[in-house]
Formats: sequence, structure tokens, C-alpha cells
Amino acid sequence: MNISPLNVVLLVIIGLLAVGIYGLLITRNLIKIVLVLQILVKSAMLALVLAGKVGNNLGLGQSLAATVIVADTVVAVVGLALAVQVRRRFGTLDVADISTLRG
Amino acid sequence: MESYLYLILGLAAIVCAYRAMISTRLLSSILYLACVSAMVSVILYLLGAQQVAVIELSVGAGLVTVLMVYALSVVGDDARDLLSVIPKPLAILIVVLSAFFVAIMVFPLVEPPLDVTSFSLTVVLWQQRVLDVWIQIALIFSGVLGVLGLLSEREATPISHTERFADQIVGTSHEEVHS
Repeated sequence: MNISPLNVVLLVIIGLLAVGIYGLLITRNLIKIVLVLQILVKSAMLALVLAGKVGNNLGLGQSLAATVIVADTVVAVVGLALAVQVRRRFGTLDVADISTLRG
Repeated sequence: MESYLYLILGLAAIVCAYRAMISTRLLSSILYLACVSAMVSVILYLLGAQQVAVIELSVGAGLVTVLMVYALSVVGDDARDLLSVIPKPLAILIVVLSAFFVAIMVFPLVEPPLDVTSFSLTVVLWQQRVLDVWIQIALIFSGVLGVLGLLSEREATPISHTERFADQIVGTSHEEVHS
């Protein structure tokens, strides 16, 4: 079976997406949740560049990927800052322990 | 030959991502994430997106890794293996179904000879999508505020056990009053 390089990249994107979704579902540590989100965003960024390549408009794909990288970094920074403050306030990083909602 | 190169890099990225997810030590997870960033950067470079590859390598494998190691040094490595929120078989089923439906939607990737005028990244970023640049600037300032929150040494007021117990008692009495 002869599979083109771009289809291989598409398989990689789906693989990273699957790992990211699985991680989000089973992870309870706040820092690890931020880490798993990074994996998901890398998958999306790769998909944007691939779409630009397939659509013969790689500049647009790169531009959108750069925006995604900036947003992703800010999400990581804010998420880590939240994790640090939560750890200081509640003494744990477990998302199940920090829920203060009743019911 | 090119397909095999993409396959090796992609498999390495997926394996590193999986190891980052299941590793009990957070420091190992962070280092595996840096490896994922490096692999993705190489794939981006091979796809022809050299500028984004460089940004991803410096930001994804550099800046984010440093920030995470710093946050880890502040909060400490909590090496407990926490049970997942939902049962793992259910999580695997959800993931397999999601991947299957995404694969159905996107495969096979058609590569038609499109007659689209292609612009360079400079033209697209600075002329056609200049609003994105302004949004990125706003995001970077948000990131600076986030770093200030990360570096803030002010201790938040911890909730004592007595206070939590008092909250529970008050909550119970409220429920009793409402019922």
C-alpha cells in the first residue's frame, strides 16, 4: 500500500489528537492537564499547516499556526499560574479535591 | 522514502506524547513534551513551514518547558498516581470512536491541483491578516499578566479544615431550611 506523505502527517495528527483526548479524560493533576492541552494544540497546529499545504496557500496556514502558538503559550502560562495559586490555597493539584461546589 | 521519514517522526511524537501522559513523574512528562515539540518542529520544517517550525521549537520546546519546570519547582512534584475521573475502558472507547469519526471525515486526503494564488507568510501576516497580529499582541500582554501571577510570592489565604467544616455545616443548615 502506497500512502502519500501528507496522509502520513494526517495519521500523525489523528494520533496526537487521540492521545490528547485520552489524557484529558483520565488526568486529574492540574499541571498535567495543561501539558495534555499542549499536545492537543500541537495536533491542531500541524493540521493548520497541512491544510495550508494541501490548499496551496502555505502562508495562510503558517500565519494561523503562529497565532495558535501564541495563544497556546498564553494558555500554558495562565494555566500554570492558576495551578501554582491553587496549590498554595488548597495544598493539592488534584482537580477532584479543589471543587467547592455542593450538590 | 519521504513517507517513511514522516512515519518515523510521527510515531516518535505519538510515543513521546503517550509517555508524557502516563508518566507518574511530572518532570519526565515535561521532558517528553519537549520531545514532542521537537518532533513536530521537524515535521513542520519538512512540510515547508520553516518559520513556524523555528517558532515552535523555540517556544514549544524552550519557553513552555522552562515555565513548566519553574512551576514544578514551586509546587513540587506530586508523584501520586491519581485514579482517573472516568473508567479507563470508557475513556479508551471515547477516544477510539472520536479518532474513528475524525478519520472517516478527513481520509483520504485529496490533493487536487488548486489554482490558488499563494502568498508568502510576510504578506499574509502583515498585510492580509493584520488583525491577527493585534490579537497576538493582546495575548502576549495576557501572558505577561499570567507570568506575574506565576511569579507572585504573595501567599493566598489557605482554607483551614475548621473553615471547611463550618462551611459544610452552614450548607447543610441551608439545605434543611430550604427543604
